[in-house]
Amino acid sequence: MTYWVVQIVNGLSFGMVLFMISSGLSLIFGLMRIINLAHGCFYVWGVYVSLVILRATNNFLLSIMLGSLAIGILGVMLQRFFLYRFQHSESSQVLLTLGFTFALSDLALWIWGGQHRAIPKPPIIGWSLAVGSMSFPFYRLIVIVVGVLVAIGLWVFQERTKVGALVRAGVDDSEMARGLGINVPLLFTGIFGLGAFLSAFGGIAGGLLTGIYPGAEWEILLLAMAVLILGGLGSLKGALVGSLFVALVDNFGRILFPEFALFTVFVPVAIILAFRPTGFFGKS
Amino acid sequence: MKRFFGILIILFILAVLPKVLGTYYVTLATQMLISAIFAISLDLLIGYLDLPSLGHAAFFGVAAYTIGILFKNGVNHFWLNFPLGIAVAVAVAALFGLLVLRTRGAYFFMITVALAEVLWGIAFSWRFMTGGDDGIPGISRPSLGFIPFSLGGATNYYYLVLFFFLVSFLFIYIIVHSPFGHVIVGIRENELRMRALGYNTWPYKYICFILSGLFAGVAGGLSVYFKGFVSPSDLAVTLSAEGLLMVLLGGAGTLFGPVIGAGCIIFLEHFISAYTERWLLLLGIIYIVVVMFAPQGILGLIRSRIAKAG
Repeated sequence: MTYWVVQIVNGLSFGMVLFMISSGLSLIFGLMRIINLAHGCFYVWGVYVSLVILRATNNFLLSIMLGSLAIGILGVMLQRFFLYRFQHSESSQVLLTLGFTFALSDLALWIWGGQHRAIPKPPIIGWSLAVGSMSFPFYRLIVIVVGVLVAIGLWVFQERTKVGALVRAGVDDSEMARGLGINVPLLFTGIFGLGAFLSAFGGIAGGLLTGIYPGAEWEILLLAMAVLILGGLGSLKGALVGSLFVALVDNFGRILFPEFALFTVFVPVAIILAFRPTGFFGKS
Repeated sequence: MKRFFGILIILFILAVLPKVLGTYYVTLATQMLISAIFAISLDLLIGYLDLPSLGHAAFFGVAAYTIGILFKNGVNHFWLNFPLGIAVAVAVAALFGLLVLRTRGAYFFMITVALAEVLWGIAFSWRFMTGGDDGIPGISRPSLGFIPFSLGGATNYYYLVLFFFLVSFLFIYIIVHSPFGHVIVGIRENELRMRALGYNTWPYKYICFILSGLFAGVAGGLSVYFKGFVSPSDLAVTLSAEGLLMVLLGGAGTLFGPVIGAGCIIFLEHFISAYTERWLLLLGIIYIVVVMFAPQGILGLIRSRIAKAG
């Protein structure tokens, strides 16, 4: 019993990491109709850049914020200077984001080598909370809390702010939004940057939990895609429900069938897909 | 007439290549042809159905694994292993087609990844059958049975691959120029209108999808005897991505485009990796440059240049 509660906490904390990645991917798709294949790279680069800043400044919070911000700016530049020119060409976007994935992964391998890297836990969050006979690593609880805060923040942003309303208008009908005088290109760049920021932020949270390694960018991207297939593209609610589902299935899959890592996630995905091709909350 | 001579010249060059070039280049050309078959098969989906797939390695890989697993269990007859490999690729395509053809665009894209990933997961974890991460090494080339032609050397294997490349190319050429192919293009352009015209579009798409899987299986089967081993990387998303890049680089919706794309990428891979370990970085940059300056692919660039000059 105790063991399973601890495992559920582990699953939930990873689910929150997954939510931070997939919500950005989903927002970007909802607005721009792009599957950003470089999203997994933002995740790993967030960790690498934060580690560099952490070494230079020795300040945990500062390194998290600056690291995510740097990747957010990288995302803005990628959208502004490259993707923006190919808004209506799906294959060009795929090719571009693939090119960036290959280049950024290899660059990371070149600079930081192929070792496993984790974000060192500062002493404030590096202890465990004991409840009865159970012990919860505090940083996992922090990741869950931060994930919930991000989810609430995104929801408030989308449903309650003016910019959020503009984004919703852009998602529903980009042409019409443009016609009404909304600066849609600026919106695109902003949301792409926000997505990159969230992915890097999620990467840092993931860096606390499991760390990163070469190939992690594809692994996380595939999991995020599983989330979006389940939850439906362009839906925040879908991204949240999908993330928790995928993370829990992944976590218990790894415990029950350790040899079948990604397999346990994608079989239920394939089955659900057969019945609901656009996911639970997606519009066709 | 001009076209006819062009084709004759290309055929002549392909035929005498091993007589002129050294073993290294013959091996390189063999790999180019295998990749070209893979790229054309993917182009049936991308170019002719407008369904961008990022899971095409699935069919390539299952054919390769079928041959490898048979070999591991002591069965290594070319005329048994090779057709069986392709048959399994076709069966997997028939199964996947039922699932993925309900979707389009981004969903199709992600679902093909998901399904290929399931197969990758099986290959990676089912050590007893697949050898897991290590794959199945040491797969030797069998004899061709009643045909007195040894597959041993690089040159002979090149001719086998060339034969299958020409047969595949011709077959796909005939398909896309047949009434069936015209319906496929009609579906790509406007599926609703084709339905209104009385076509039941689904079987056309389904057959096209299965054919695409079949030729990917041919490429996978040729590849496993070429390399002599099979590993999870034959099912990996990076292989699917490479196929996608070949098609888009060359120009989707044409048959020569993917062949040129495959040739360029395999050449670049070998050329760059001979000089630096950072070929993935350079390759990524090349893709970006190609999109920025030749968004219609290399063939599209050549065509627009010709159109401008003429």
